[in-house]
Amino acid sequence: MTVEKEIIVETVGLTKKYGEITAVDNLNLKVEKGSIYGLLGPNGAGKTTTILMLLGLTEPTSGQALVAGYDATRNPLQVKSLVGYLPDNVGFYQELTGKDNLHYTAALNGLSKLEAEKRIHKALERVGLKKAGNRKVGEYSRGMRQRLGIADVLVKDPQLIIMDEPTLGIDPEGVQELLDIITSLARDDGRTVLISSHLLHQIQQICDKVGIFVKGNLIASGSVDQLGQQLFRGKLLQLELKTEPAGETLIQLCKSIDGVKSITKQGDLLVLECSSDIRNQLLEKLIYEKYRLLHLCLRSISLDSIYLRYFQKEEGHYGQISYVAKNQLGNQ
Amino acid sequence: MAKSAMLPKINLVISNLLDANKGLKAVIKKELADHLSGKRFIILSSLIVVTCLAALYVAASTIRTSVGQNELDFVFLKLFTTSGSSLPFSFISFVSFLGPLVGLTMGFDAINGERDRGTLSRILSQPIYRDAFINGKFISGVIVLTIAIFGLGFLVAGLGLLFFGIPPSLSEVLRIITYLITSIIYISFWLSLSILFSLLFRQSSTSALAGIAVWLFLAIFAGLLAGMVADGIYPVTDSSDVDRILANSRLKQNLSRLSPSTLYDEATTTLLNPTIRTLGPVLLQQTFGAIKGPLSFGQSLLLIWPQLIGLIAATLICFAISYIIFMRQEIRA
Repeated sequence: MTVEKEIIVETVGLTKKYGEITAVDNLNLKVEKGSIYGLLGPNGAGKTTTILMLLGLTEPTSGQALVAGYDATRNPLQVKSLVGYLPDNVGFYQELTGKDNLHYTAALNGLSKLEAEKRIHKALERVGLKKAGNRKVGEYSRGMRQRLGIADVLVKDPQLIIMDEPTLGIDPEGVQELLDIITSLARDDGRTVLISSHLLHQIQQICDKVGIFVKGNLIASGSVDQLGQQLFRGKLLQLELKTEPAGETLIQLCKSIDGVKSITKQGDLLVLECSSDIRNQLLEKLIYEKYRLLHLCLRSISLDSIYLRYFQKEEGHYGQISYVAKNQLGNQ
Repeated sequence: MAKSAMLPKINLVISNLLDANKGLKAVIKKELADHLSGKRFIILSSLIVVTCLAALYVAASTIRTSVGQNELDFVFLKLFTTSGSSLPFSFISFVSFLGPLVGLTMGFDAINGERDRGTLSRILSQPIYRDAFINGKFISGVIVLTIAIFGLGFLVAGLGLLFFGIPPSLSEVLRIITYLITSIIYISFWLSLSILFSLLFRQSSTSALAGIAVWLFLAIFAGLLAGMVADGIYPVTDSSDVDRILANSRLKQNLSRLSPSTLYDEATTTLLNPTIRTLGPVLLQQTFGAIKGPLSFGQSLLLIWPQLIGLIAATLICFAISYIIFMRQEIRA
């Protein structure tokens, strides 16, 4: 039995053109309430434009963006009071303290001083900036500023939080903290979170659903598993394998398994294309032959490979992105 | 009774206005605090206070020696208009020269600075109307200017009282207050021009430079250029007839009146010199039969009414253009 979930964000044929260039092309997007939705795509794919249209900050050329039933172009104020927006490279007034910056936001939202004080205290505590709240923002690190950005969004107590590249330029530890906060916003508070990013791994960890965005088109949408199944149905599975010792004997061993169609070497990884999931058989054989297993991964369900697949379809422009994605694969 | 009924009415009007401009109050508050506590403002206002006090001192000592020789009328106003040999600028010429700089520094990074810092998209994603932001910036600038100009004017007037011990007459007070209001309008013009530049140019250094270029052009070259154009169209030689000379000087004056600086200078000199009866060229026969004596405040005001309207119009046009551009501009950083 499936329960129809409430839709909080819906776009209908949303299109934005800048002169000749189409930044967003006939976008139909649906985001369920309480979920974390990842908007993925390379730079310049139209993610930020979409977000700005959802907030009513940019007028669509045609189509509609609905947030909680409000048309973002016609009722921008209602939409903006429901939505918290964390822009990429979020900025604060350097010469003011973190708290003062949040007070300004609270004032813009028409909160009373008492209510503002309460919410700011709570928000700062939540993002771990309780002590730094009275320091000037100019002294903050990038990670702290990003967390202050989340506190800024929380002051508003929004139903929907839109984050544009929230993890860009933050060290791994900071990213993990940030992701934990984002997850708790959705799971504990029941807020909907829409994240735009081109950093796949980070998004994959926390998103319920992702949409892949290329050249203004949403070319796939669904959970990571669904996307994998959609994409790889009837296709060969790809297994990455790395063992010690590697070499010709290993390739022979792999070939002896039923279902393996081809074996290619990519860097120090072996990539096996096979018609079914042969991981169990492979593992048994490897152990039997006393290989030390260093890496085994079914490529098809990783977001990377989904992403990569989609970008390979788009010839030309996204070659560079695919290359980056490949590198990330190598590091896995 | 009537008064107490009026008060809630006014309050209602104000609160309606603020409702219609959601967020305006918060923006004005924030900007006011920024201006008043900013280093930029402190540096500029101390520069102006120092120069104006110097001008005042020179004026006071010059007046002391000259009073009694000439007429005693309007000594108080002379405080603002007299320059001495050691400092060839009077108070009003300082304000007229440095005022634009104040307006420019207050606004040159109003919008592009926010964009650079990444605060613009964050602020505009709050539930406020977009125009509240630019309105708030302009209004808070004007409020700061009002405080500063009135502070400065009354400071000078107060010191003048101490120097001379002669209280100003009512018409002098009116003239000084009108002069101060005119100055606020004039500097507001530069504020709105610099806000416009901060929208047109992405870099705040470019917009600052553009503002300074316009300032220098209008303050120094505009008059020169007007003269050149007028001489080109109506060349005047020693043997030229009256009509030609008149046409030349009228064209020159009208061209230079395109510049708000000229308008302001004409307005302020007329306001503070009650003896000025006309701003254009006058033929000798026109003065025939005129009674010698200063103009009343109302007549002076009448004389500079077009100048005042011109200044207000220039300010509002600049602001309206900025407003339209800002409402249509892309917000993305």
